[in-house]
Amino acid sequence: MAVYKKTYRPYEGELTPAWRRFLVIPRYAFEELHRRRFLSMFFLATFLFPLVCALIIYVQHNVSALNLLGVQGGRGLISINVTFFMSLLGWQSMCALFLASFIGPGQVSPDLANNALSLYLARPFSRAEYVLGKMSVLVVLMSLMTWVPGLLCFALEGYLEGWQWMSDNARLAYGTFFGAWVWILLLALLALALSAWVKWKPAAGGLMFGVFFVGSAFGAVVNHVQRTNWGHLFNISYLIGSVWVQLFEGSQKTTSGAVFFRVPVGEELPLGACWAVLGLVCLVCLYMLARKIRGAEVVR
Amino acid sequence: MEPVIELDGLEVRFGQRVILKKLNAALTGRSVGLLGPNGAGKSTLINTLLGFHKPSAGTARILGHDVRTHARQVRSLVGYMPENDAYIAAMTGVHMVRLMAELAGLPREHALERAHEAFFYVGLGEVRYRALGTYSLGMKQAAKLAQAIAHGPKLLVLDEPTNGLDPPARARMIQLIQEIRDRGDLHLLLSSHLLHDVEDCCDQVLILKDGNVAAFCNLEEERRANRRFLELETRGEHHGDFLAAVEKLGCETAPGAQGRVKLVMPDGLEVRQLYEIAAGQNVQIRRLNRRRDSLEDIFLKAMEASNGRL
Repeated sequence: MAVYKKTYRPYEGELTPAWRRFLVIPRYAFEELHRRRFLSMFFLATFLFPLVCALIIYVQHNVSALNLLGVQGGRGLISINVTFFMSLLGWQSMCALFLASFIGPGQVSPDLANNALSLYLARPFSRAEYVLGKMSVLVVLMSLMTWVPGLLCFALEGYLEGWQWMSDNARLAYGTFFGAWVWILLLALLALALSAWVKWKPAAGGLMFGVFFVGSAFGAVVNHVQRTNWGHLFNISYLIGSVWVQLFEGSQKTTSGAVFFRVPVGEELPLGACWAVLGLVCLVCLYMLARKIRGAEVVR
Repeated sequence: MEPVIELDGLEVRFGQRVILKKLNAALTGRSVGLLGPNGAGKSTLINTLLGFHKPSAGTARILGHDVRTHARQVRSLVGYMPENDAYIAAMTGVHMVRLMAELAGLPREHALERAHEAFFYVGLGEVRYRALGTYSLGMKQAAKLAQAIAHGPKLLVLDEPTNGLDPPARARMIQLIQEIRDRGDLHLLLSSHLLHDVEDCCDQVLILKDGNVAAFCNLEEERRANRRFLELETRGEHHGDFLAAVEKLGCETAPGAQGRVKLVMPDGLEVRQLYEIAAGQNVQIRRLNRRRDSLEDIFLKAMEASNGRL
């Protein structure tokens, strides 16, 4: 490779297809994340729980393993049902929140802090592609943590139980997949929007937690003071829990959400309101991104 | 000749404020300077050409591509060096330039090769593996130039490229720009407050004032015209004969008081011949000045308001 040509020369070689260029951003981001040992360790650690779940599924269907453990009639100990899969999703989603808080703010804020956006957007590369490229980093990692292990566990259980179980419980796969996507999209948009508005990485990461925990505390105060349940609309984990219950069970509810995403019995809000607030949060995030992701700031 | 940049009634508004007011110009030069006082609209014009701001009326074309409807094609032809700091602090220099080249469409291997070349070219070869956040101001400016040229643009837009540079670094930057210009592979649009920078690097100048085109001139033609324009001071009784003789050679003359005369020489006539005619007429040429209508004069004239104040 020639690296010492001290002269300017025009480029006349081939070009990559335009649709593929947004993938350059996640590739560089993954290279960067790979160098951060703590994040790599954390990411690997998040697979422990799905591994335990897979082990439980396996042991449940392995008589010799149960006998080896000295458990007679062990199949009834832990049921592989909607609660099992919602718990798996709940745990993994909480891990995804931590991951998004660690890496989300580092996606946009460094570009904004040093005006690098003008460099990105002066190329044949749109604002939407920039956001999509940055989002895809979070989406890929959070997918690997949430719905991918969820569906793998579902497939394992289906393999061991048989086709009939799979078709009877297809809703679990549907709930895992779409429930995780609702959470992933919300987290990714929030992480990018906060990162765009708060150019200081630690502050943006802290705000991520603030949105969830302060929002839920504020909702509880509203409920207590106003003697109502509508304060839950400020509680994102409640909203997600409500949506998950619907996605996993439809109208035949048997659970009250997942771990970390509980919907207290008797305090249910209309599902439409939950979807509407989640949609509103996403729209606000998109608006924040549209305001901040610009090649040049306009001073009116 | 097809214009490099064509402004066609271009108007840009921010809210109620009109920043660019129906600009019309066809810039055909290989290197075009963009001049104007603060707030004249230079950066807004550049940002509009890059598609960062939407025109509220009219349009602009770069190498025939409309910036409103073909922003992507326009940006694929342009290399942009912004005025302010623009870098990704944690990335090494060569890494960032490679990223930018890949976003411009270069395949991975070519982008890496071009990033190294660009870094050596701007004189940062030895520091290309250092994080950009640790670069000095001059190095950051050079790195910005490297990312602007790495993908081989057809039009290089330089917004205040010598901002904050010390004299040696400024001279080096100007030399780089001149080298790039002289290769003739691309066109240059150089926005600067420093008239010398524009004079050194550009052959056409667009001067903006309050969002309007205050002047547009071809520096090369100005320089050529200036070379033919002389101011003389003569002594001798046959001053009238001297004037008649030079007029016969095709000079345009404008006599003044006390033997002073302004004259424009035709092509082909040399100053030496004037001295010969003067000697023949027994007239002394005591003083001969070439007109030095520098860019500064052109700029100041353009900035003069209707009431004669700047």
